[in-house]
Amino acid sequence: MIIKGGVVYDPANGVLGEEMDICIDGGVVAEAGGGPTIDARGMLVLPGGVDAHSHIAGPKLNAGRIMRPDDGRIGTEPLRGLCRPCTGYTVPNSPAIGYRYARMGYTTVFEAATPIIESRHTHEELEAIPILDKGALTLFGSNWTVMECVGEKDLPKLSAYVAWGLRASRGYGVKIVNPGGGEAWGFGSNVKGLHDPVPEFNVTPAEIIHELARANERLCLPHSIHLHFNNLGKPGNYTTAIETLDLLKDIVPSRDRQAVHVTHMQFSAYGGTGWRDFESKAPEIADYYNKNDHATMDMGQIIFGSATTMTADGPLEYANARLLHQKWSNHDIELEESSGVVPLVYIRGSPVNAVQWAIGLELALLTEDPWKVLLTTDNPNGGPFVKYPGVIALLMSHKRREEEMAKLPEMLSKRSVIGSIDRELGWAEIAVMTRAAPARVLGLKEKGHLGVGADGDVSIYEIDPREVDPGSDPALVERAFTQAKYTIKAGEVVSRDGEIVGIPQGRTFWTDASVPEEDMARLMTSLKEKFEKYYSIQMSNYMVQEAYLSRPVAVRAGVEVAQ
Amino acid sequence: MIHEDVICSFCGCLCDDIRVETNDEGIVKVKGACRLGSSKILGHGPGHGRISKPMIRQDGELVEVGYQEAYDRAASILKAAKRPLLYGWASTVCEAHEEGVLLAEEIGAVIDSTATVCHGPSVIGVEEKGLAGATLGQVKNRADLILFWGCNPAEAHPRHMRRYSSNSTGRFTPEGRKGRTVVVIDVRETRTARLADRFIRIDPGTDYQVISALRLILAGKAEILGDEVCGLPKGMLVDLVDILKKARFGAIFFGLGLTHSRGRYKNIDCALSLTAELNAHTKFMIMPMRGHYNVAGIGQVMAWEGGYPMSVDYSRGAPYFNPGETAACDLLARREADAALIIASDPASNFPRSIVEALAEIPVIQIDPYENPTTLLADVVIPCAIAGVEVEGTAYRMDGLPLRMRKVIESDYPSDEEILKEIRESARRLGDDH
Repeated sequence: MIIKGGVVYDPANGVLGEEMDICIDGGVVAEAGGGPTIDARGMLVLPGGVDAHSHIAGPKLNAGRIMRPDDGRIGTEPLRGLCRPCTGYTVPNSPAIGYRYARMGYTTVFEAATPIIESRHTHEELEAIPILDKGALTLFGSNWTVMECVGEKDLPKLSAYVAWGLRASRGYGVKIVNPGGGEAWGFGSNVKGLHDPVPEFNVTPAEIIHELARANERLCLPHSIHLHFNNLGKPGNYTTAIETLDLLKDIVPSRDRQAVHVTHMQFSAYGGTGWRDFESKAPEIADYYNKNDHATMDMGQIIFGSATTMTADGPLEYANARLLHQKWSNHDIELEESSGVVPLVYIRGSPVNAVQWAIGLELALLTEDPWKVLLTTDNPNGGPFVKYPGVIALLMSHKRREEEMAKLPEMLSKRSVIGSIDRELGWAEIAVMTRAAPARVLGLKEKGHLGVGADGDVSIYEIDPREVDPGSDPALVERAFTQAKYTIKAGEVVSRDGEIVGIPQGRTFWTDASVPEEDMARLMTSLKEKFEKYYSIQMSNYMVQEAYLSRPVAVRAGVEVAQ
Repeated sequence: MIHEDVICSFCGCLCDDIRVETNDEGIVKVKGACRLGSSKILGHGPGHGRISKPMIRQDGELVEVGYQEAYDRAASILKAAKRPLLYGWASTVCEAHEEGVLLAEEIGAVIDSTATVCHGPSVIGVEEKGLAGATLGQVKNRADLILFWGCNPAEAHPRHMRRYSSNSTGRFTPEGRKGRTVVVIDVRETRTARLADRFIRIDPGTDYQVISALRLILAGKAEILGDEVCGLPKGMLVDLVDILKKARFGAIFFGLGLTHSRGRYKNIDCALSLTAELNAHTKFMIMPMRGHYNVAGIGQVMAWEGGYPMSVDYSRGAPYFNPGETAACDLLARREADAALIIASDPASNFPRSIVEALAEIPVIQIDPYENPTTLLADVVIPCAIAGVEVEGTAYRMDGLPLRMRKVIESDYPSDEEILKEIRESARRLGDDH
């Protein structure tokens, strides 16, 4: 395939708006290629979109669908052409997730959290999502074995467990959610801060985070630890954010990437002592990121309208449900995690929601380096991923932000600085935040760029970046990003003008990390005991079987790779 | 040959520690399963009512035919129908469920599971309130109070109490049964009730009022209540609330006694609300006691494939969900369904009589390993391998935990998944001729 004459932004390779051809051969970008030609003259050409944090598969997705038939009806689309029927807006059915991402030009999406013991479910749903390449991040933050290894200060054993847990879940990286809090929630309490010991386990969240980060680097995993802070969603929590980031300054990354990725930072950049004096502390967080280089973040932007919150932070969801008088689902997972699901609506008239809206944008606009901030809505927690084009328009246009602010409570100007920010992001910066940076943050070398050897994933938008001024024409930007002219996945056109024209089965990335045999042997002794005494299933039935990944890609890592 | 850690394909407990011994004859021994599970696993051979060959009804008699003929007849019946119904699914694996959804999309059918006459109202309750749950291992390791409401695990889920609930031991429950308080609320004194520390017998149909009274007491409004609630002394309910509040981790398990008594989904709504409200005082969770081993699985598969867990109408090309209108019994009661495919279930034994009569009036395709009363009214009968014994695949436990069922013996029969795929292929070939 040859994509001819498009205006290419490939920031990972220093290409910033050059008119050039892209060739794809054998599913990857090549020096030359034959076959069909796509005329991309006057169009924006980008690497396929990469979403490093989105809830797209697994038990909590289905919990959301089942408790929200109202949401199901919103996105109803009948069987049409190659497309199976679709339902849902914040919690679409699995086929719809694949089609809708592809229509926007996204080709790779990572599920943000899977509990090891229920990962079979996550993979069943990932398999049911067409087109996209995907992976899942495995939850480790409230796991008994993790906490015991941390308590014993046994880093080799902890590393062995992380490697084993990634294999058992066919997971890609280490997700940590409100560390220790999931265990405390097992008896209805929570940890209150970084140094508040986890009941019965005598380790602190700080120790869990720090040791998992060390294990992550010892194993030379492609991705860093992926962290959902303690105290998330609470006024005044920006101090926890900064304290946690400080804790990780001594972590030396084993690969060319960050030491920690902080997810949905918007929910952790809160000031105030309560909801009455709630305010943005995004400037403080952005300032920290501007002065330090060991961390990345994703926005977790909120979208006004309906959302379905879902997280392994069980106590947070209980608090949400109580505060908002909403229906509440909770699901605690033996020896490993907690989780919850609560539907909600972000309202323009709500001062708190307005400040949350401002915080997400402030984080992206005040952090100087776009490589440090990924564009997400923590789908569907801040809102559904189909709204990304609107977020792009807000980031590229001061005018669009002012129009939006005019609809929001006046107090917003006192509780945030959004009104004083003139910065408008450019095409290259958007390409970084939605392509190059998420791929680099995840450690996916063949994604997020268009160099020779990269995956042949390309999105082409019907907008000429040389002609359009996004600042004054945000509507054109939003429209272009909502529906790619072409989305190309591994050299195959999968979406054209919003119509799905190809439905390849995507691949699933997981990390296969090796550890010394003696470490694994020691781990097995304590794991066997756990299965005999505590787990409700047998160890031999625990691991996700190969049958659940039709197109697996095992990324090699481990202690040997590190050496 | 010995197979360790085999997963039992009888009930929603999905016990995964069964030892099965096989030889050339088939399965000869089952260790570790309850009586119900053993008989299911052992009952694979001939002489257990296995259907030997596909059959088609001709002049009132079922006549043996080849598989392809049966597939084609099934497909032509379904394609000719204006309102085909695909029903059952509780006793097969999720790989078959996925094929079932694809078939429903292909022919514009209504697809529904046995949940519709089982925990369907529980699902509707969850739509109203959400569900505060946990995996069964949480109960095993943490629960010091267990309340069984309208269920009788001692007889219906025989290993539940020992493995997961009242008699299990775990990290924070080393004393097992001794360290737990077990309460049973039911309309009769079941075997489970006799094993409880406290049994409260309620009058049939009063569940909603009793739960509402508990919620009032919990909210500190006991004075609103009279001295008696549906014949129960108020003091007894006040005591019960006190016991619930004092628990460190409470678990409520409920069965059809709550789901299908007067009030139906409103009972569940009320029980889910009580559970949520108890969390303001201590840790509490609630779980339906799912019956068939993978009735939870069909709900999961339908939810991710189409957005809704049961009773989905694909006749408009897009999923439409409205139980009361689109459930199997609704369709049959209105004499609307004009063909049905019944798989892994026996509605002739379980549906209300008038609904079975409606089923008898229309062409029925049955896919099942065994003859059962539904066979008597079937027009096409397609025997299959037994999922979970002769076929591997995924099943979801009552708490939503998925396991991979093992295959312990070979079978000459095709799997449910293969049969459904063939019918869909055949239907596709028929194309728009109909």
